[in-house]
Amino acid sequence: MRTTIIILLSLLASLAAPAATITVCPACECSTIGQAIASAADGDEILIKSGLYREGNILVDKKLKLRGEGWPVIDGENGTEVITVTAGGVTIEGLVVRNVGTSYLEDRAGIRMRRVRDFTIRNNRLENTFFGIYLEHCSDGLVADNIIEGQAEEEMSSGNAVHLWYCKRIMVENNQVRGHRDGIYFEFVDDSHIRYNVSEDNLRYGLHFMFSNDDDYFQNIFRRNGAGVAVMFSRNINMWENRFEYNWGRASYGLLLKEIYDAEIRNNVFLENTIGIYVEGSTRIQYKHNEFNRNGWAIKMSGGCLDNEVNANNFLYNTFDLSLNSAPNNNSFDGNYWTDYNGYDLGRDGIGDVPYRPVKLFNYVVNQTPEAMVLLRSLFIGLLNFSEKVSPSLTPADVADNAPLMQKLNFETLN
Amino acid sequence: MITIEKLKKSFGSQEVLKGINLEFQRPGITAILGPNGSGKTTLIKSILGMVLPDKGRIRVGGEDVKGGWAYRRQIDYLPQIARFPENLTVQELIRMIRDLRGGRPDAEHLIRRFGLGPFLGKRLGNLSGGTRQKANIVLALMYDSPVLILDEPTSGLDPVAMLRLKELLRQEKEKGKHIIVTTHIMGFVEEMADEVVFLLEGHIHFQGGLQELKEKYGANSLELAIARILQQEELGFKANGHGEKAAALVLKAL
Amino acid sequence: MFKILKYSFYDLTRSRWMYIYGAFYLLLTASLLWLGGGLSKAIISLMNIILVLVPLIATMFGVMYYYNSREFTELLLAQPIRRIHIFFGQYLGVACSLAISLLLGVGLPFVLYGVFNSPEIWNFSVLLLVGLFLSLIFSAIAFFIALRNENRIKGFGLAILVWLFFAVIYDGLFLLALSQFNDYPLESFAIGASLFNPIDLSRILILLKLDISALMGYTGAVIQNFMGTLLGMACSLGVLLLWVVLPAWGIRWVAVRKDF
Repeated sequence: MRTTIIILLSLLASLAAPAATITVCPACECSTIGQAIASAADGDEILIKSGLYREGNILVDKKLKLRGEGWPVIDGENGTEVITVTAGGVTIEGLVVRNVGTSYLEDRAGIRMRRVRDFTIRNNRLENTFFGIYLEHCSDGLVADNIIEGQAEEEMSSGNAVHLWYCKRIMVENNQVRGHRDGIYFEFVDDSHIRYNVSEDNLRYGLHFMFSNDDDYFQNIFRRNGAGVAVMFSRNINMWENRFEYNWGRASYGLLLKEIYDAEIRNNVFLENTIGIYVEGSTRIQYKHNEFNRNGWAIKMSGGCLDNEVNANNFLYNTFDLSLNSAPNNNSFDGNYWTDYNGYDLGRDGIGDVPYRPVKLFNYVVNQTPEAMVLLRSLFIGLLNFSEKVSPSLTPADVADNAPLMQKLNFETLN
Repeated sequence: MITIEKLKKSFGSQEVLKGINLEFQRPGITAILGPNGSGKTTLIKSILGMVLPDKGRIRVGGEDVKGGWAYRRQIDYLPQIARFPENLTVQELIRMIRDLRGGRPDAEHLIRRFGLGPFLGKRLGNLSGGTRQKANIVLALMYDSPVLILDEPTSGLDPVAMLRLKELLRQEKEKGKHIIVTTHIMGFVEEMADEVVFLLEGHIHFQGGLQELKEKYGANSLELAIARILQQEELGFKANGHGEKAAALVLKAL
Repeated sequence: MFKILKYSFYDLTRSRWMYIYGAFYLLLTASLLWLGGGLSKAIISLMNIILVLVPLIATMFGVMYYYNSREFTELLLAQPIRRIHIFFGQYLGVACSLAISLLLGVGLPFVLYGVFNSPEIWNFSVLLLVGLFLSLIFSAIAFFIALRNENRIKGFGLAILVWLFFAVIYDGLFLLALSQFNDYPLESFAIGASLFNPIDLSRILILLKLDISALMGYTGAVIQNFMGTLLGMACSLGVLLLWVVLPAWGIRWVAVRKDF
């Protein structure tokens, strides 16, 4: 219904005044973008030719299409915010937006959308930005194919590459973001999708969810961030087919879940993270067909995690497969493949005959005395773990995979 | 050639040598005799620098033994037990000693003399005790050193080899060497030795010629003379209330 | 000394045990590489084995070699050779043959696998270096123990005890101390304590190279700050070297005072 109205409205608009194209170039009659916007009417296209434009803040308050040709550079000269959009239906593409100044007082962005809908930000390059693309109170928009690179050095004085605040139905697709505080930031964002993005080398998180519900992210790569993805205080988030790689540092993890309910984590790869998934107080989460490869801890759960199902995953060569702090455990860990499992299968049904206990005694020791980590991989610890395995006394007996697989599972993941 | 002054040595609480004064000045064969535990081997090892004296001084060819090592060039030593690296062949061992010690030894005539030729390529681990002792003798005597020290050289030797050894020692003596031998075979001593040193309880009980020894104890054989020494000791001990110890000594002796 | 070394080494190259030892590493490394999947995995698995086995074998071999060549040593002592040259020569002979067995056994498969064209080359080098150091350290300790004890049984027993101490008991006491003084900052203690055990020090050096320091939390960071730098690395290697020099000096001390 809504789309038909939009189409009708735009038809009416085009009937009222046929769309015009205004060309901007340094040598043209119209040499600044501001000038062009001032002279344009709703529905017009502004074609910006190659060149350097220094105009301070550019306000787009009409329904326009800003299209760059030959990568025109719009330079904020490390001062103000560069493009601010306050009208609906705006498209911005093919621009290079450069040098957004750092500020402790205001969140300056390369491109800001304020209280608008039906917009497209496509195929732009944002360089040396404080905040890259900033959407507040927006809906029904597309942010696609942009490359956003910052030079963030410390968390306090840096912004996010793609920042969404109070938005609905936004698609963030195929962007490459790096060098900011968070790669992609969602706060109060519902019904939105994040796909095919690469978020790497950000100071804090590759992707950050806060108070956002009914969203999903597929086939993204989160690499070498302070931490891969943080999902906090949110419901119904689906996380499929992503890669969480090399988030390696003292407090790093591939994925942080904090106060999350009802999520699906499927077909993801967690490769060489200090902690693969760090879970705090999260309930009814399904972990299925994930690969945990060479992480410090594959999964670390603490503080009241209930009704989680960790089934049919591959746990490969992690230092610790599982750490679990919450005392009552009704989580299921059945039917996974663990490289550390060395049971037997007499029935030849592919399921090991003895349960696998993924929580090691050393794990318990390290939780009590973190310095004991210097004894990692020593013979003494090996003996300690072995004796605990033979007769468990300190590790929770009910945390076990009662049907450990003998063979690695095959499932689709992003390569 | 060798001078030993006031040599004392204890192992733990056991005093083995209690002040030995000894000189080897004239060339010839000296037999060191004494019951087990009388300090024969310790004395020899002190000369070789393997045992470090607590007190006293040993000089070989004028050079102090203490802390020295070069003086050992003047000594050929035949140890009591012959065990070598099992994986080496006889030939390799001979080459190795030559390599370590330098100089120009003559192993050829010794190998011929003791019929060791067929065994040269064999590993030492595979040799019989007698053959090993022959190899041991070749190794020890191939250098033409002025001093020869032989610790129980006759053990394990067959009569033919024994004869060859005696022959060899006579020749060496004629060359003007100092030869020091410990042995339990009295016949060997009587046949070969020019001088006898009799050690008892860490002291030199007698030092002199064979004839002198026999005369002193009114015996016509060496065996008898030694038996008399030990008897005397026994009596002496008895008088001092050490009868049992002396009896045990006699039993152990020879 | 080098002549003695040469002959000890030569003697040992004829020994079945050296070949078994080398062949064991060869087989193990090859199967870890080709069956276990990949360089870094093989390095971690090998680390676990090398840290336990190299000290044990070096200790046993050192003691065994000393006792087995006792009579021959006496023969050498009667030769015009310096005493310490004999013992250092023999010690170095044992240490070198152990080191070469390790080097070939572990090195060959890695070279064939193409470690030179891989970023793992540094981790592998640290592993080998540490293995060589452990061979030197523990055969020196073994020689020292054997020299001090004429009684073979006692010597062997003591040697095993020393190995057990460094491989297991030390870490147990270490952990006990850590958990007892849980409320105090223990990072410096942890670093200090690992310096006193060559096996622990070696393990941490490899782990740091494998970048497991991130796992160790704050302790890891402190250790990384200390040992991860070039200075720290040099410092750690210096301590390992000291671990070679100390028992070697002990060998010298006993050798010049001992009666044979």
